[in-house]
Amino acid sequence: MLRLNVNGQERTIDGIADDTPLLWVLRDELKLVGTKFGCGVGQCGACTVHLNGQPIRSCQIPAVAAAGEKVTTVEGLSAGAQLTALQQAWIDHDVPQCGYCQSGQLMTATALLKQHPKPTDAQIDQFMTNICRCGTYVRIRKAIHAAAAATAGKGGAA
Amino acid sequence: MIAEFERLLAQPVEAAAAQSLSRRGFMKLSGGVGGGLVLALAVGLPDQASAQGAPPPQVPFAPGAYVRISPDGKITLYSKNPEIGQGIKTAFGVILAEELDAAWADVTVEQSEINAAVYGAQFAGGSLSIPMNWDNLRQAGAGARAMLVSAAAKQWGVAESELTTADSTVIHAASGRKASYGSLATAAAALPVPADPKALKLKDRKDYKLIGKRFTGVDNLDLVTGKPLFAIDVNLPGMLYASLVKCPSVGGKVASANIDQIKKLPGITDAFIVEGTAKPANVMLTGVLPGVAIVGKSTWAVFSARKQLKVTWDHSTASKDSWTDYVAKAKELSVKPVGDKVVRTVGDIDKVLASAKPVEAYYQFAFVSHAQLEPQNTVAWFKGDSIELWAPTQLPANSLPLVAGIVGLKADKVTLHQMRVGGGFGRRLLNDFVADAAYVAKQVPNTPIKLMWTREDDMEHDAYRVGGFMSYKGVLDEQGKLAALNAHMIGFEDPVSKAPTTASDFGANEFPANYLTDYRASMSRLPLSMPCGPWRAPGTNTMSWVQQSFFHELAVAAKRDHVEFLLEVFGRKAGAAPQAGPPGLNPDRAIGVIKLAAEKAGWGKPLPKGRHLGMAFFFSHQGHIAEIAEVSVDAKKKVTVHKMTVACDIGPVINLSGAENQVQGCIVDAMSTLALEITMENGAAQQVNYDKYPARRMPNSPQVDVHFVQSNYNPSGLGEPAFPPAAPAICNAIFAATGTRIRTLPITKAGFSVA
Ligand code: FES
Ligand code: FES
Repeated sequence: MLRLNVNGQERTIDGIADDTPLLWVLRDELKLVGTKFGCGVGQCGACTVHLNGQPIRSCQIPAVAAAGEKVTTVEGLSAGAQLTALQQAWIDHDVPQCGYCQSGQLMTATALLKQHPKPTDAQIDQFMTNICRCGTYVRIRKAIHAAAAATAGKGGAA
Repeated sequence: MIAEFERLLAQPVEAAAAQSLSRRGFMKLSGGVGGGLVLALAVGLPDQASAQGAPPPQVPFAPGAYVRISPDGKITLYSKNPEIGQGIKTAFGVILAEELDAAWADVTVEQSEINAAVYGAQFAGGSLSIPMNWDNLRQAGAGARAMLVSAAAKQWGVAESELTTADSTVIHAASGRKASYGSLATAAAALPVPADPKALKLKDRKDYKLIGKRFTGVDNLDLVTGKPLFAIDVNLPGMLYASLVKCPSVGGKVASANIDQIKKLPGITDAFIVEGTAKPANVMLTGVLPGVAIVGKSTWAVFSARKQLKVTWDHSTASKDSWTDYVAKAKELSVKPVGDKVVRTVGDIDKVLASAKPVEAYYQFAFVSHAQLEPQNTVAWFKGDSIELWAPTQLPANSLPLVAGIVGLKADKVTLHQMRVGGGFGRRLLNDFVADAAYVAKQVPNTPIKLMWTREDDMEHDAYRVGGFMSYKGVLDEQGKLAALNAHMIGFEDPVSKAPTTASDFGANEFPANYLTDYRASMSRLPLSMPCGPWRAPGTNTMSWVQQSFFHELAVAAKRDHVEFLLEVFGRKAGAAPQAGPPGLNPDRAIGVIKLAAEKAGWGKPLPKGRHLGMAFFFSHQGHIAEIAEVSVDAKKKVTVHKMTVACDIGPVINLSGAENQVQGCIVDAMSTLALEITMENGAAQQVNYDKYPARRMPNSPQVDVHFVQSNYNPSGLGEPAFPPAAPAICNAIFAATGTRIRTLPITKAGFSVA
């Protein structure tokens, strides 16, 4: 039996193979489908979640490696109805096109702002390695800057 | 419906836009839960039905239509076409809400059901959603508004002409009375529907309150909170997971496989050989390719089992295509001034060529993949006498008869739930993945299955953008004006039917056929088995690159300014009376956007050191678009696109935010595609995941300055037309910067990269 802490909740999962990637435990077992499958080889970032606050590609780590650690998915970003500054900026700047990559983009951006509350363009370029096939990068950058500005002065990360 | 769409897709886009289904009229639908007004604009069956003496269509009960107003004031608008990232769900909502005179805050937009009898053609392709639905959506909104006004007039005993509407409210200014749409919904629902939608008065453009403003996508809140919107997100009780492993060389069959061993693997419930149903056609995939199906209790169980699968493939029916061979054969053919099929002749081009020294160039462009981020998938549930599916398709209507044929039911026993599509780009106009799911579901009856393609499946079995070749000879007169052009395109065709491969055709009216006194366009075609399909601005995305690159070559040879050179050609037809019928390439609109782009980009003005401009114009999908790239190129041939200036004439813009997003996306997509290729050897694609097919990421996304002309022509779509001019604009700028002409795509072949 596998025990996971996902979005602050203790979850137990029975009968999965040891090598099952965290991605598929989240999607198939826990029905947390906000985390997406895009490539399965660590390239696209659609599957990005946080492991103890660090962004990881969940298709690349077995779920057992996350046992006892804190996993956060896009569903766990906002507390109740309160959106994070980044989620709000994503809506205000109308970032998505198809939207499929955007939960992964948000998870990476959230980790970026934790590390660099006021990121430079160069830091954004270095950190944001997720693929958006629709090419929404112009807006992702804008939204990150906007969220950083909105959060500045409030003393909190996004 | 299939024939309908294929006809639309096959004919010139400008003609397709004029298509409308006949016998439109309103119908009122049952109010459903909560009552209130539900109004649909019913669309009659296509003309063929009446031509064949069929009885008038019976309008079915429909649980949803375009407008639903409940007594509590909630307004639900139904978007009839698939949302693939083009923003149609938001744009359709805006058009409906405008004529309804609804307050946007009261509005929720939902995906409609798939039902041709209620909604007519439902698809996302050819950038046709806006032009094909501009009238009927406005009429649907205006019709509902008219009924609400009528209801208020009756209630207050005043003339309808004394009433106005605003913000979901009917107003009688003379008495100061107001009634919300919600309060009128039940009364309005009891009224007769307007007899003739065409007789309804639509708003003047100057009175628009919503159209042309900025709206954030109606699904954005759900997207940023991870709500299940996509087919891949569907979870049903007892659902199993499935994969269909196909031969890497497209069309190969299973000779043998270790099925018994696979069946015993943990989490696997079934495995079987699939004979396949697909016809050997490369024009549009039409069914299920042969392979091995594996069904199990989780995606990972199935994906893991695939690694244990050992198949001996029978390659006798498989594609043997080789890109290396095609490149060599095309080069040989290109020396001939005229190909096997002449598509257009004007004057006597051979005579002109014999007496002049033409400017010559030979272009080559690679196959590319759609690489949309959500891999193909469909959830299917075969229940014996019916089947239900959840699919990310761009052409749902086609999947109904396709699925029906595969599972042996009538099409009306197929229910398809249209899901948000995680990237379309034309790939999902083909329903092969829906067919896969239906086929496997039938073998596992009464159990929902989620059929998943891996990324490798997706790139290996894409319906690629076809590659191709173009040989040009252009003749300049003494003033350096374009006098004559000879174009020999080398493309591809189906080896059996000899039909041109999708997007591998040369139109008789291709620019500049109608602008020259001596011109010839011809084609030679090589047999191709690899499946190819529509890929964002099919045909035009490559035609634009060869043509607009060569126009720059001609301007350079003539020692003339590129903008002035191109304007002179369009000027030959400027001011001509507008063509009858649907809008085609209009020289005045072309001149308008070229001048606008040049002005906004600072064409001819001094630039920062190391910066160079390149320009291109292209007309596609009714959009007239000029783009100017500002680039620099470093010593290592790394190209940085600093800025793209884009001038678009697509008529009135519906949602300014969405429209700009499409243009920005097209520019990034074009930059990405400049450096990508799919090559195939022995019938198999050589690049099957993002490691070998590195779609563009965040760094160095350019500033994109978008300028809309906002002309009075009918609005047209914007999912595609901003793509075609981008690649030639960038390549022309690279020439300006380096003196190197890019004649082969990807640009990596000439040692360049896009920063
Ligand atoms: S699915 Fe994990 S990186 Fe693409
Ligand atoms: S919005 Fe479509 S992949 Fe990013």
